[in-house]
Amino acid sequence: MSDPRHLQIAILTGMLIYGLGWRDFPGPGWIYLLYPLAALGFQWGFCRIFRLGFDGRSPLISSLSLGLLLHTASAFWAVTAAFVAVASKFLLRIDGRHVFNPTNLAIVITTLATEQVWVSPGQWGLGAFLAVAALLGGMMVLRRTRRGEVTWAFLAAWGMLVFGRALWLGDPAAIPWLQLQNVALLIFACFMISDPMTVPDHRVARIGFAVLVAVVGYVLQYHFYVDEGLFYALALCAPLVPWLNRRLPGTRYRWPRTVPSRR
Amino acid sequence: MRVWLVILSFLPLAAQAFCGFYVARADTGLYNRSSRVVLVRDGERTVLTMANDFQGDVKDFAIVIPVPTFIEREQIHVASTAVLDHLDAYTAPRLVEYFDPNPCRRLYRMEMKAMSAAAPGEGAAARAKALGVTVEARYTVGEYDILILSATESAGLVTWLRENGYRLPAGAEAVVGSYLKQGMRFFVARVNLDEFARTGFRYLRPLQVAYETPKFVLPIRLGTLNAQGQQELFLWTLTRTGRVETANYPTVKVPSGQELPLYVKDRFADFYRDLFARQVEEHGGRAVFTEYAWNMAWCDPCAAQPLSRSELRELGVMWLAEAPPVRPLPKPRIAPPRPVDVFVTRLHLRYDARTFPDDLRLHRTGDKSNFQARYVLRHPWDGSDDCPEAKRYRSEILPQRLRRQAENLHRLTGWPLAEIHRAMGLGEPPAPEPWWKRLWP
Repeated sequence: MSDPRHLQIAILTGMLIYGLGWRDFPGPGWIYLLYPLAALGFQWGFCRIFRLGFDGRSPLISSLSLGLLLHTASAFWAVTAAFVAVASKFLLRIDGRHVFNPTNLAIVITTLATEQVWVSPGQWGLGAFLAVAALLGGMMVLRRTRRGEVTWAFLAAWGMLVFGRALWLGDPAAIPWLQLQNVALLIFACFMISDPMTVPDHRVARIGFAVLVAVVGYVLQYHFYVDEGLFYALALCAPLVPWLNRRLPGTRYRWPRTVPSRR
Repeated sequence: MRVWLVILSFLPLAAQAFCGFYVARADTGLYNRSSRVVLVRDGERTVLTMANDFQGDVKDFAIVIPVPTFIEREQIHVASTAVLDHLDAYTAPRLVEYFDPNPCRRLYRMEMKAMSAAAPGEGAAARAKALGVTVEARYTVGEYDILILSATESAGLVTWLRENGYRLPAGAEAVVGSYLKQGMRFFVARVNLDEFARTGFRYLRPLQVAYETPKFVLPIRLGTLNAQGQQELFLWTLTRTGRVETANYPTVKVPSGQELPLYVKDRFADFYRDLFARQVEEHGGRAVFTEYAWNMAWCDPCAAQPLSRSELRELGVMWLAEAPPVRPLPKPRIAPPRPVDVFVTRLHLRYDARTFPDDLRLHRTGDKSNFQARYVLRHPWDGSDDCPEAKRYRSEILPQRLRRQAENLHRLTGWPLAEIHRAMGLGEPPAPEPWWKRLWP
């Protein structure tokens, strides 16, 4: 388990199996198999085109996250989402690295493009939420990547915004607490915004970036009533990262390598 | 599998009341029990229909609903109760009947094989101003007198309502304050007795409001305040895109498709009530249940015919009014006819302030797959033919099936297994085998 991605793959697969078996995930079951198959296929194709060695781990993580978050009954849109995720890594690059988290960009583009895909934020319920929170918290501790503070900074900022709003409205604490019981939020915090390849290199920039995403997401969700606000917020803020990296340079993250790969 | 005969029995339509909250104008001990609400949504365009069968004296009836925008006279309408009753019947959980064919016929033998493989005033105005309350508009629509209120602060609004004879439950101020800060206005309706007498009806008709808002939310918080215990809410949504679910609570499909003992036919209402109560309990009281999700063009089996275009229009399906007129809806049949651009979802929840602290935030999905709460009765074949299949049918398949049906009923409703076996004439259920008997086989 030297590579943190192995643990991520194990956790995401477990959550997906639980979701399909016990949480009434919508749509036909084969869609959830189509995501990883299509993503691996596209990764293989792009690796051929760019003459790179094939490494299936990162498309697997992207597609498992897609399966957990993005629901559809359409094979076309499932394949499109997988394509956007993988293609964005190879085609949308600045300073030699990709700009957008692949899963995030796929969710943003497909939800904007069609009503045939959707995100189900409330689907998990309290018990599953607590279990996932414990699992992901454990993962964050175990993983000990130097970039973990993005997750914590984001969750702290988001929690403060949601509780601050309740305080301002005079709502009981049960309401913000309910708003935080959201597995999609946890997946977002632990796998998307913290993607070490797309966060700023400098520690201060990373924390600022996390807070900015939380604020933009909050405005989108609570003032413009966009249910997918957080995902849009990350995609809107991601182009700032190359600029932040030039202003505040830091060490670039690299996956522990076994074969030459690219993510 | 072929359907031989489909007979339905409906649930009695549950007792209804408003989702917002009633404010009793005299001490008549009213409480919200259940509500029927229809939300039609297309983009930001929304039509809300609320119905009740308020049991007290109509002069004591009042309702306060937060609305996101100012409402003009033409945005309010009174619908007929019949449309809602029709929608209710069309989407109700249903019981279907099948009859076993003669097992000696070839076609059925193949089915049997497959089955065995897989089991299954002025002064008043000044007072209002002093309290920071603005009566933005007053309308009389049908039998209702309606006020649109805005306010600068919740205490003033609550005081104004109390002074004007509305009985508000304790805790209303905080909730009203939260809505005001979110920029909501209040829609207050009570019964105009003269107009009510003129309508000739003995019950209050559903009120409808049409508005445009990015918020796809059903406010239920005020309703939880004056309720004694839990309330029922039936929410239908009509959209173009597909099923609707809640974004801030889990949405779960009720169990469906199980075979039940034949005697459930006479006790279907009890059965479903107990099934629903058990589902609520299993999900810790914190889930919203989908009872029906279907394209409005058809049904299979039909608990009632799909709604006609004019009924849908009355409910506020605005995009049908805009579409060029087409041929009338085809009669429902087993094969789906040309789909109509309306997808209905029936959600059912049992809630109180503890289990559902926040309003229902709704979320449209692109899911157009059909779902219904449907339960199956299978009448055994009682012919006298004799063939190896018939012997096996009588000695093996049938007893197994009866036991499975009893098991299903027990699991779904929690009714005691011994009682079910008695009612089915099966004799006592087998005592559960001690665990150690299977330990060292």
